[in-house]
Amino acid sequence: MEPVIEIEGLCKDFRVGFWRRRTRILHPLTLTVYRGEIFGYLGPNGAGKTTTIKLLTGLILPTAGSARLLGQDLTRIFAKQQIGFLPENPYFYDYLTGREFLDLCGRLFALATSERRERITRLLHLTQLTGAADRQLRRYSKGMLQRLGLAQALINDPSLVILDEPMSGLDPLGRKSMRDVILQLKAEGRTIFFSSHILPDVEVLCDRVGILVNGHLRDVGRLEEILKTQTESIEVTLRRVSPALLTSLRDIAQLPPLEQPDGVLVRLTDEERLDQALRAAVAAGARVVSVVPQRVTLEEHFLREVQGGTP
Amino acid sequence: MKIAAIALNTFREAVRDRILYTILVFAMLLIGASVVLATLSIGQEGKIVKDLGLASGSLFGTFIAIFLGIGLVSKEIERRTLYAIVAKPIYRFQFLLGKYIGLTLTLLLTVGVMALLVAGLAWAVDGHWTPGLLLAAALDFLALMIVTAVAILFSTFSTPTLSAMFTLAVFVIGRLSGDLRLFAEQFAGPGLRQVVEGMYLILPDLSRFQIGSQVVHGLPVAPAGVLAAATYGLAYVLVLLLVAIGIFERRDFK
Repeated sequence: MEPVIEIEGLCKDFRVGFWRRRTRILHPLTLTVYRGEIFGYLGPNGAGKTTTIKLLTGLILPTAGSARLLGQDLTRIFAKQQIGFLPENPYFYDYLTGREFLDLCGRLFALATSERRERITRLLHLTQLTGAADRQLRRYSKGMLQRLGLAQALINDPSLVILDEPMSGLDPLGRKSMRDVILQLKAEGRTIFFSSHILPDVEVLCDRVGILVNGHLRDVGRLEEILKTQTESIEVTLRRVSPALLTSLRDIAQLPPLEQPDGVLVRLTDEERLDQALRAAVAAGARVVSVVPQRVTLEEHFLREVQGGTP
Repeated sequence: MKIAAIALNTFREAVRDRILYTILVFAMLLIGASVVLATLSIGQEGKIVKDLGLASGSLFGTFIAIFLGIGLVSKEIERRTLYAIVAKPIYRFQFLLGKYIGLTLTLLLTVGVMALLVAGLAWAVDGHWTPGLLLAAALDFLALMIVTAVAILFSTFSTPTLSAMFTLAVFVIGRLSGDLRLFAEQFAGPGLRQVVEGMYLILPDLSRFQIGSQVVHGLPVAPAGVLAAATYGLAYVLVLLLVAIGIFERRDFK
């Protein structure tokens, strides 16, 4: 697999406070993202997601370490020719119209006039802004600005798209269309690197995720792999449970069964205990209503990682 | 091409900004008022129109240079409009030069309009043409280019308010620095004289660009002096821009 983003030991210190004390915001980060994947960069607020993205886009300069984008060193602006970037909560020149702003962006990529015109028309259509194209950006809503941000990120037909919190501030409809666009970009063979803390979207979209906590990369991998290593549990619901069965179920499960209106819920931690519990239930004449394996959601995993504190 | 795109954008920002028109309207009013004042004087009408006209052009040009200049970079960082731009394949120096050129073009346009108005009014009052007025306005424009470069330099590392204060201070000292140096040479002790001399070398000498009184009074203007002032102005702008670029290149956009 061809690497598109190669980050090696990249770290960043900021000077904060009155005494300008050096504080490490991003600890040495090593990460590789491959061509054609959707990589989700997750972490709570203040974890260093935006710092990483700002380093990758040249908005801030690294304290140490290096990164290569599309095989080019970070410091070479040539690499940027192939990169599209949507900043967090984008705010653009409010005195320009949407069309003028996209034209400015096209000029910065040195696109010819005819090419700019053609792409702007196509992108305005893609982001459903054709009707608002000649309106000044001060009259755009937050969702429209986010869509225009996406359009400007795609003006250069990039092979790597970096999106900083693309879902934040969007209504459910907006999030759905942002998801659709991201999937379409992947289908066109582009690599997408995006940060988010909206986990359901990440679960639907990402091939791989990285979890960043307090400036440390805690976990990287395929979503299934990360979640599989977590203990799963299986929930069994039974009806017609006798008091004697209840006692033996408690012994098998090592957890007290819950009495619910539609039956008794038993939570079992592995499949062996499940077998035992089912056998006991059938033998005692109970009815098995449901057997539901409980996977750890990304959200639970995420919370565990974050609450685990710094390593 | 990329510098031109940024310059065009900066020009657009300025001409779509209400502050520019507010300043322009005041300038026009003051220039117009000079005609009224001129009628009160006897035999000096032309001089009053020219003197007041040039002074108001210079004053309001300085307002534009400072008030738009201090926001050139800091406002882009504050509003985060810069993020989407810097992430594109453009060198930071290209961005900064584009911003500078854009505002310089705006100044050229506004100062040009004011100068033509003053020259037109002087012609109407005097009944003959004074080409020196345009030369005076052109030299004053060079001084404004320095003020703008000072403003953009402060703007790369400071807040708009502080930048405005610093730039205004540099402007005032710059206007007076020739006189200050003369005073120091005649009256000050050796220590103070060295301090003044040092400041004179570092801060711009904007009094070099003032040929208005010669033009108004019909005195000859030495071409060598004009050429020296122009060379000095352009060199000063170049140095200021290089320092500004040096700071801007290393700057983190947090």
